[in-house]
Amino acid sequence: MTDDSNRDTSAPSEDPRDAAGVDRRGFLKCMAWAGTGLVWTATGGVLSSARLGPATAEAAGAGDFSFVQISDSHIGFRGEANPDVMGTFQEALRRIRALNPAPAFVMHTGDLTHTQKPGAFDTVTEAMKGTGVGQILYIPGENDVFLDGGKEYLGRFGVGPQRVGWQSFDYKGVHFVGLVNVLNYKAGKIGTLGAEQLEWLEKDVERLGSSTPVVVFAHVPLWAVYPKWGWMTDDGAQALSYLKRFGSVTVLNGHIHQIMQKVEGNIAFHTAMSTAWPQPAPGAAESPGPMKVPADRLASVIGVREVNYVKGRGRLAVVDTPLT
Amino acid sequence: MLTRSIRISGLAAALMLSALALVLTTSIWAGAQPKPAPGPRIEIHGHKYSPATVTVPVGTTIAWVNHDDEIHTVFSTTQAFNSPAIETEETYSHTFSKPGTYAYFCTLHPLMTGTVIVK
Repeated sequence: MTDDSNRDTSAPSEDPRDAAGVDRRGFLKCMAWAGTGLVWTATGGVLSSARLGPATAEAAGAGDFSFVQISDSHIGFRGEANPDVMGTFQEALRRIRALNPAPAFVMHTGDLTHTQKPGAFDTVTEAMKGTGVGQILYIPGENDVFLDGGKEYLGRFGVGPQRVGWQSFDYKGVHFVGLVNVLNYKAGKIGTLGAEQLEWLEKDVERLGSSTPVVVFAHVPLWAVYPKWGWMTDDGAQALSYLKRFGSVTVLNGHIHQIMQKVEGNIAFHTAMSTAWPQPAPGAAESPGPMKVPADRLASVIGVREVNYVKGRGRLAVVDTPLT
Repeated sequence: MLTRSIRISGLAAALMLSALALVLTTSIWAGAQPKPAPGPRIEIHGHKYSPATVTVPVGTTIAWVNHDDEIHTVFSTTQAFNSPAIETEETYSHTFSKPGTYAYFCTLHPLMTGTVIVK
């Protein structure tokens, strides 16, 4: 497997929670990206599922847990690609509420709002209560900060005395790091994490043993999905260099409104579906943006993600479920 | 009859004075704020400003029109002007009253850039 290898997860498989050892399983579908030189290959390593629902609870070990990632709710969007983004968002939240066992927490990986209109963050946080999950984590997308440079977002969701957006915490032996890569946008440049955040990250993970599983979440992909459309983080490689010594690193991103996965050494990258609308595959359209699909197909290309951690097993199982 | 004539003249004089006042007021107002010269439209389509570079005389108003299905912005790199979110088929206009070279970009899609040169 080379660094360019990516794995498609559109092939259905059984629920990973009753499939110990399935992480070596091969998946079959290949997809070429026109004009990019990248080819998705199909050998194992990444789990997928066509189903996310209740009544699959097993006797989980004391150290096992799951959490949920949702992304790109774009509350306030009024375009044809989804005339009811609030409705699909709430449907996603209903799916989360139905999970059994309940997830330990939910992370929203940005673009909570579409146009940063007054009250939009309230609408999102109120709706998130519908998950029934106590702990909700947020990381900003560019649509949350583009008008005021993040003033409102950080005032509301910022962490610590300096109200920064980046954050880390430990949960049942797993180290979680949230990174912000949408606040340093400069004309003609791809977004960055910035020197201050990189320094913080280096120190944050320094104390950890290499066997600690690490989960990183951020809005824009930390790997170069498609630089021409800005689908990468300019100094993402620097951040990842601090994580190379760890045996299990899972990187969860949003922004591109579609599932893409890639494994590079011990680092597994996953981008998530939006709860609002899909975007074209890299290079498949003139530019990125909301992609209109037939109304009866929309639910199959938006969705939520559950991530399962089983103590002692290397890689976390990532389960993407559309809202069908 | 005389009386009536004087009355009419008085009314005419009053009307003339009012008209004069109006003309004066209008000229003073117009002198203070010249009507902006209409300038080029910059079309936003497929995550591009088109044309990406325009050269205009001082006092020109430029309109950016967004034809994409998502929002864009027009932010000066020196904070000389910042648009709100420009939604689909909405227009943002700015009048350039000082000469200079103004680089701008979209704060949602920073690879979208443009330049206005004011001479």
